[in-house]
Amino acid sequence: MSLQAVAFYLMALVSVVSALLVVSAKNPVHSVLYLITVFFSAAGLFVLMGAEFLAMLLVVVYVGAVAVLFLFVVMMLDVDFVALRQGFARYLPIGGAIGVILLVEMVLVATAVAEHGAAAKYAAPLAAGEISNTEAIGRVLYTDYLYLFEAAGLVLLVAMIGALVLTLRHRPGVKRQNIAAQVGRTPAKGMEIVQIKDGAGIPE
Amino acid sequence: MNAFLLQYLPIVIFLGIALVIGVAFLVAAAVIAPKAPDPEKLSAYECGFNAFDDARMKFDVRFYLVSILFIVFDLEVALLFPWAVTLTKLPHGDQVVAFATGVLFLADVTLGYIYVWKRGALEWE
Repeated sequence: MSLQAVAFYLMALVSVVSALLVVSAKNPVHSVLYLITVFFSAAGLFVLMGAEFLAMLLVVVYVGAVAVLFLFVVMMLDVDFVALRQGFARYLPIGGAIGVILLVEMVLVATAVAEHGAAAKYAAPLAAGEISNTEAIGRVLYTDYLYLFEAAGLVLLVAMIGALVLTLRHRPGVKRQNIAAQVGRTPAKGMEIVQIKDGAGIPE
Repeated sequence: MNAFLLQYLPIVIFLGIALVIGVAFLVAAAVIAPKAPDPEKLSAYECGFNAFDDARMKFDVRFYLVSILFIVFDLEVALLFPWAVTLTKLPHGDQVVAFATGVLFLADVTLGYIYVWKRGALEWE
């Protein structure tokens, strides 16, 4: 068995086992940490297939950003472990139905890929190995697939605005530092000289 | 073993060293360190008195807003990375199209950035 095959089986095993642990871990924070392991080993599998741009994207976007987001969501939910386990039997039928549907879909896709290949219709734009992976994506992404690329930009815009609309709350009555007002204050405005007669006190 | 995967050999070596160091510290602590286990050492404490509340409290939702804005701009950079790599190497006709596409994409996301800034979402309080 070549070294490449050893690496493949190692990373595939790690990703499958951690994926199982994601759904079976009792503590949701541990689930997120196992999810990070899955992302890392999947990135390793991408590298083995020669798709290094996707691998680095997986590490930067999923491990760096999505996992942090999941952690925040997990921490934001008031995790009550007793209440979490109570609904298990009640949600079992609908959850099981969704699981079966997903399993059937995955089997169908897997058999189709095994018989016909993943992208038999689309020939590779350039032979692999001559140019880097990033360059191969860049050659088609901004020319042939420009509508999809612009749609991705619009989705990002919608995500930004949506997150703002859903979560931004300004607390009223917050005192902020106004640096321009501070710097613009002159001695004439900030200080007052009062002449006081003997024994008269300071007038209010 | 092809030349492409050989480029990743330093990363594998680095991961191996990291694994060895991590395991070594764990094993060394288990073997060498003095052990006097006591349940009180693991119990929660709050400056002398018993804890008022569970440590598992709700986070402020603004952390979520910051992290989702981070993801959006992270993805923007990720999608623009191949643009920076390939733009000068494309044939001229494609180059014009690709440049316009990228600028339009940047305009989209910059519009969102200006909106976020003007709404004051980047300020904590």
